[in-house]
Amino acid sequence: MEHAMKRWHYIRNGSSLKLDSERCIGCSACLQVCPHQVFGMQGRKAQILDRDACMECGACARNCPVQALQVQPGVGCVAAILIGKLRGTAPTCECGGSKGGACC
Amino acid sequence: MLLTPVSAVKPPLAGYRKLSQLQKPYINGYLIRGLRQIPCMVSTVKFRDRLEHVGVQWGIRRNSYMVLPGLYAAGSPGRQSPVLVTANYKLSFDMLRRELAGLDVWLLVLDTTGVNVWCAAGKGSFGTAELLRKLQQTRLDELVDHRQLILPQLGAVGVSAPEVLRRSGWRIAWGPVRAADLKAFLAAGLQKTAGMSRVRFGLGDRLRVAPLETVQAWPLPLAAVLAAALAAWLGGGRPWDYAWKTLLALGALWPLGSWLFPALLPVLPSRAFSVKGAVLGLLWALCMILLLQPGFWFALALILVSTSVTSFKAMNFTGATTFTSQTGAMLEVDKAIIPQLAGFAAAVVFAAIGFFAGFGV
Ligand code: SF4
Ligand code: SF4
Repeated sequence: MEHAMKRWHYIRNGSSLKLDSERCIGCSACLQVCPHQVFGMQGRKAQILDRDACMECGACARNCPVQALQVQPGVGCVAAILIGKLRGTAPTCECGGSKGGACC
Repeated sequence: MLLTPVSAVKPPLAGYRKLSQLQKPYINGYLIRGLRQIPCMVSTVKFRDRLEHVGVQWGIRRNSYMVLPGLYAAGSPGRQSPVLVTANYKLSFDMLRRELAGLDVWLLVLDTTGVNVWCAAGKGSFGTAELLRKLQQTRLDELVDHRQLILPQLGAVGVSAPEVLRRSGWRIAWGPVRAADLKAFLAAGLQKTAGMSRVRFGLGDRLRVAPLETVQAWPLPLAAVLAAALAAWLGGGRPWDYAWKTLLALGALWPLGSWLFPALLPVLPSRAFSVKGAVLGLLWALCMILLLQPGFWFALALILVSTSVTSFKAMNFTGATTFTSQTGAMLEVDKAIIPQLAGFAAAVVFAAIGFFAGFGV
């Protein structure tokens, strides 16, 4: 049986996430939006508890009111990276764009 | 509550061009609020909808499966009723309206051109700008006394709550990841349990993406048939023998990569998908060698082709998961692509040696 609380981890150190504790005001917005529970609260500050669970979706950085979080958001999709490499561009979802397709 | 049948309403309606556009199976009438008429959605998902959902999983109509964006009413919402926000992908919309049965809420549907919340948020179409635009277009502030929106948590990838508050005065509460938790979330006064905010990727979720993986991997069966034809031609005296063995050994890589790999994802070793795939491909090759007992060169070729192709296919499965990062995927591509290509090329060479040197089966 599948464990309900299974935690998924991709490549070790495969995340560009950075937290500037100096700036953090402890609003816990990042805990609210993170789909993989990367953060926890340590007193009045957010803390990165499980960096390897981060999928670089960018939700935390977008919703931090004081820009204490930084992450290079992107698609964790090898096909997109290969297409980008072949075209010499940044990773791109072939299925999206003009066709308005549902990617992922 | 005043509910008028669709046919009784005269155009023009605020925000919509034609009446005919509104004659949709998911709308069963209009709620009259002052001078405004808000489409009321049907809360039952019919057999026809379910049939469409299966089709979408196989890629049918996947790029145009949408509902009209705008404001909807579920039940008979009033001035204090909660406001939910979602994307106009019909599959998500259908799941939502089923979960909302028996509740009185407003539903604001953003225009994401039929893409689901998460992907649309990643691309920016489910974003701050579109939310502000829809709030304005639908004049939602005239219908409710509060200024609280409930967005699906995954929408946070594209929507900035601090910015929405600053620019419009609306507050955002992040709802659960799954629509099935909505009722509990609303009943608990907009409080989430830890399980409600975690994205999962269980066996069911993984098998749901398998049909699309199968369709997208169409070159695999084609290549297997071509290889079988080639083997029959080169195989000399026993063409059928060569053909069915090749077809079995290579053709099976199609379901292996599309169904078995997603199913076995958590139990295969390593975090790198390319390694997981290579292991699965190797196991398959070993099974085939035991079963078919090919000669040395063919066995070597089979191991290499099965390992490299399944590894490549597995690596591409990252696009269907809910937890892989771009930095990680780049690390993986840089390490894996050369061995995969080299393995495949070597397999072709070894198979050729097997045929031409007559060391084969
Ligand atoms: S980028 Fe996404 S997954 Fe990573 S920590 Fe932020 S919210 Fe969580
Ligand atoms: S969202 Fe920003 S300020 Fe709020 S807890 Fe997280 S890091 Fe700190």
